[in-house]
Amino acid sequence: MKRKNAYLISGGIIIAAFLILIIVSIFYTPYDPVQNSYGERLLAPSAKHLMGTDKFGRDVFSRVMMGLKTTALVGTLVVFIGGGIGTVIGALTGYFGGIVDEIIMKINDAINGFPSVLLALVFISVFGMGRANVIAALSVVFIPSFARIVRSEYIKLRERDYVKSARLMGASHIRIIFAHIFPNIIPTLIGAFTVGFNNAVLAESGLSYLGLGVVPPDASLGMMLSEYQSRLSSAPWCVLFPGIVIVLLILGFSLFAEGIRKEYNV
Amino acid sequence: MKYFAKKCVALIITLFLISVATFLLFQVVPGDPVLLIVGTEDVSPERVEQIREQFGLNDGLVTRYFNFVKGIFSGDLGTSYVYRSPVAELIKDKLLVTLMLALISVIIIVLVAFPLGIMWARVTNKYIEAACNVFTQISMSIPSFFIGILVIYIFSIILNVFVAGRYVSYDEDLLGFISYLIFPAIAISLPKIAMVARFLRNAMLDEMNKDYVRTAYSKGCSKNRVMYLHVLRNALIPVLTFMGVIVAEAVAGSIVVEQVFGVPGIGRLLISSISNRDYPVVQILILYMAAAVIIIYFILDVVYRIVDPRIRRNQ
Repeated sequence: MKRKNAYLISGGIIIAAFLILIIVSIFYTPYDPVQNSYGERLLAPSAKHLMGTDKFGRDVFSRVMMGLKTTALVGTLVVFIGGGIGTVIGALTGYFGGIVDEIIMKINDAINGFPSVLLALVFISVFGMGRANVIAALSVVFIPSFARIVRSEYIKLRERDYVKSARLMGASHIRIIFAHIFPNIIPTLIGAFTVGFNNAVLAESGLSYLGLGVVPPDASLGMMLSEYQSRLSSAPWCVLFPGIVIVLLILGFSLFAEGIRKEYNV
Repeated sequence: MKYFAKKCVALIITLFLISVATFLLFQVVPGDPVLLIVGTEDVSPERVEQIREQFGLNDGLVTRYFNFVKGIFSGDLGTSYVYRSPVAELIKDKLLVTLMLALISVIIIVLVAFPLGIMWARVTNKYIEAACNVFTQISMSIPSFFIGILVIYIFSIILNVFVAGRYVSYDEDLLGFISYLIFPAIAISLPKIAMVARFLRNAMLDEMNKDYVRTAYSKGCSKNRVMYLHVLRNALIPVLTFMGVIVAEAVAGSIVVEQVFGVPGIGRLLISSISNRDYPVVQILILYMAAAVIIIYFILDVVYRIVDPRIRRNQ
């Protein structure tokens, strides 16, 4: 019997739990996350308020649900925009090669060498803050890493026999790239998207923590941490719970990515 | 030697391109810089003209670029819009603080990650292996600012080892300065330790399956000799390349972590300058950080050739 892939299962369970939580948060939160309630300020976690309340009497769990939604939205969009563009660039340059490929890869390597937080900060400082700008900044920053991964897969696969025979049968390049080769890189791509999602979540929460990410009325988990940090000694639950939620989210996706890597040997 | 000269030329060209890119980037910033300088003050057109002249905004693009570069070499880095003081003065002592923080972080990373990686590669006990796995997996999942908060919570609030936010300046008390920086350095280095240890371990496991290892054993080499003289030496080569990324990330990580611990370094200045739209400061800081990253890669490239004779011979 095949040994069960513990990484894939544990990662999948965590991701599924988060998905449910996010979907629920669209329709329902236990309390109003923005409604102040001065009678219930700074309450410790209890059955009534799972993660306690903050200095305005707002339920921390409800706020975490709200922040999680933003964080997940940014992460997902960044991965699909940045990953999508990166995949197309990587596929075309890897398949065709040549001088364009070399130039694009040189630029790619140069961008890739820089820490993503620094690049995102440059972008934000020029174009300003806010949710849309954060998504745009991080998408641009993540294009090179996807392009590089996809490109190396295409270089590996473009000389395979099935590609040659497809070419002999008269299939167009575009058809070969997307209909013949593409399905073979899907496992690699899932792994790359999962890791990319994590990096996007890390970057977004870092930016929001610094006050340069999403701006109110949007709330994200990183923003909550900076807002509550001064209360660390008197109301640690306000800080610890949102932080732990970020950690669990990232952990789930990285376990899943590791599982994919082991499962498909990519 | 020829290789070295070629690399130096490439380094200079890259630095030049970076300076052009940073300069141009902040020319496309939307909005009139004069408005940023005067803020909400109501000013006469003469005053606006005077400000334009003072900050050199009337010159052409090329002249301004050359002034920018000339300034970098002569120590005149421009004038901050917000503080109205020379940028050089603003960043002088902050630069040292950030460099020190990055240095301490890198030292911690090397001191912990290398022994950990080697131990992890050698260990056969299933539980220790699983413990290493869990430890690295989790520490890679924590954002550095949250590690910072956890460090403050554990060491400052629960254990009372230091007081968070009570930063000690280096000209006041050097030892106090270093011991304060150790805590942010822990926050920066923890995820990096996990990455390096994992990377080193995988590199060593790869090497251990190679033929030369079997040969070394059959010649009668002891396990330690094989491990340290053969396997480790070969495994270090990819790790060295990886260290470049790690050092660059440690520099970038200090941007965020300085904020958590209230360390008055480059990172904090960068963040407040971005919020205040103080572009002369942002421009210089980003140029410095980009240059630092490039120089780190350059140095590693040279070290790489010293460590691996095969690369030298191939030239």
